[in-house]
Amino acid sequence: MTHFPFVSAARPRVAIIGAGCIGLSIAWRLAAAGGTVDIYDQGSSGRGATHAAAGMLAAAVETEPGEQPLLPLTLDSQRRWPAFAAELEAYTGLPVDLRTEGTLQVALTRDDVEVLRAGYEFQRGLGLNVAWLTGAQVKEREPWLNPRAAAGVLGADDGQVDNRKLAVALKAAALKAGARLHEDRAVEALSVTGGRADGVVVGGEVRHADVVVLAAGAWSRQLAGLPDGAVPPVRPVKGQMLSLRMDAAQPLLHHVVWPPKCYLVPRLDGRLIVGATTEEKGWDDRLTAGGVLALLEAAWRALPGVEELPIEEMWVGFRPGSRDDAPILGPVPGVDGLIMATGHHRNGILLTPGTADLLAHHILTGQLDPLLAPFGIDRFQERKTNGMRL
Amino acid sequence: MADDLFHIAGKAFSSRLFLGTAGYPNQQVFLDSLTASGAEVVTVSIRRVDMAGGAEGLLDLLQGRAWLLPNTAGCATVKDAVLTAQLAREALDTSWIKLELIGDRETLYPDVEQLVTAAAQLVDDGFTVLPYCTDDPIVCRRLADVGCAAVMPLGAPIGTGLGILNPYNIETICARSTVPVILDAGIGTASDAALAMELGCDAVLLNTAVSKSTDPVRMAGAMGHAVAGGRLARLAGRIPKRLRAEASSPELGLIGG
Repeated sequence: MTHFPFVSAARPRVAIIGAGCIGLSIAWRLAAAGGTVDIYDQGSSGRGATHAAAGMLAAAVETEPGEQPLLPLTLDSQRRWPAFAAELEAYTGLPVDLRTEGTLQVALTRDDVEVLRAGYEFQRGLGLNVAWLTGAQVKEREPWLNPRAAAGVLGADDGQVDNRKLAVALKAAALKAGARLHEDRAVEALSVTGGRADGVVVGGEVRHADVVVLAAGAWSRQLAGLPDGAVPPVRPVKGQMLSLRMDAAQPLLHHVVWPPKCYLVPRLDGRLIVGATTEEKGWDDRLTAGGVLALLEAAWRALPGVEELPIEEMWVGFRPGSRDDAPILGPVPGVDGLIMATGHHRNGILLTPGTADLLAHHILTGQLDPLLAPFGIDRFQERKTNGMRL
Repeated sequence: MADDLFHIAGKAFSSRLFLGTAGYPNQQVFLDSLTASGAEVVTVSIRRVDMAGGAEGLLDLLQGRAWLLPNTAGCATVKDAVLTAQLAREALDTSWIKLELIGDRETLYPDVEQLVTAAAQLVDDGFTVLPYCTDDPIVCRRLADVGCAAVMPLGAPIGTGLGILNPYNIETICARSTVPVILDAGIGTASDAALAMELGCDAVLLNTAVSKSTDPVRMAGAMGHAVAGGRLARLAGRIPKRLRAEASSPELGLIGG
């Protein structure tokens, strides 16, 4: 990992490409520290994956085999969430509805129990805060669940935030701190001069910057002008989701609940988010009967009471999936001044505080926190030689 | 073993392990598992991949790295399966198809009647058809008779990891088949894959046993060794089973005895 030289480290001019939760939160941190920050988005701020997400903060129960390298980063960001949310709410006066009741994985059948137990033992082996619950204990916590609920795992530290409210608050915070937001202003290309990213091309003109942050989510690899080795291996991973309307005074659930084949996220305002399909369909943004059927069937099996709830909304989003599902963060060897902040896949909301704090610190000081070291874009170069060729 | 090639429809393979592509923690783990397994053939579900071949999609990453065997997973009717196969042929430029026609969502057992009908249609249409089927010697024979290039009987229901539930049937299928037999579905761990080869299968296709293992890359390596080991054992010939012990060293004529 190379360190890049600073042009004006104290008050850097920063261009951020992408006004999702990642771009906005970095902008907030940098502008608050005195940087001159411009954020560009091809559409409206916070309307990409930030809008589509469920806002789960599930560093523990979401960890599955093969993703251990991500754990230090997700746990760190999860620990940052309560203070981050409090600071954001205090700074803007806007709520983000952080909820800390915990996340409950639920097994309905004998086979589900076996799968749940394997996952539980794996997560416990990593030292994560997960607790095994009997069926009775599950129903005590969530009495509306299907009485067949046979066992559960509680991730007590795993909560949720309302990602749409988060987007509104982050935009307000960035603006209040002095960042300039350019919506419906697509960046046409990265400007690179002499091996150094020195700005972005917007409306045919170069707007110079000391640092360019690429935070365009699933769209990140479409940026023109990226040199070889700086094109992040990110693809859109389609997710279909829907929301139902509960009585906010009598909600069917309090925890985030993960039954087999879906997840259920109850909001304080009475919405119940049901997600999500995971589909490799490129940029296909259509809802399908099969996708919605799968979500509703899984939700209904776990929580029969959903039958009576009105459907409020159905939508499609694109997770920015990197090749190893881990984010791509930090400087780019060979392209000084370019900072990656993309590829967060299903962890964008969870990783927002950590990404913002650690990358802003890097941009302001040149110091790269050891937590970021495994997530540079160069890791994909190293593994290229690994492949078998026929 | 370079001298123990395996042929389907004239195409030679040196690895007898076929790998499915679904359910891995992420694409890098899959790519590393593929390398560790030594598999040359990978199956991809036409309905679950980005057929446009977008950058960083599975088809993009697999380009030049493996022989693609598209499958019709998720299809429930002859019409559906035939259309899906045709779509695969157009998009992937291969006439090979792993034919799956699932009878119901609970058991995921093949619907045999529709399978034979669809297989016959696809063979007539010029496809190289590898049908996923029940572990029934008669069904396997029917499929070979209509022109399938191989048969793929199940060891146990998809995703169960129960191993080979009816080794007798698999052995019978292998002994009688006029086309290669590829055991498909049900493999739970390496010994299951080795057993399939010892019973006489020509190859093994597996997916969940690797993708849902705690360490997929290591399990992929184990499966590569198991299939190769089982194949060697099959070629070498197992010893007869005896009811009583017999010392492996001679007991007569020992000095001082």
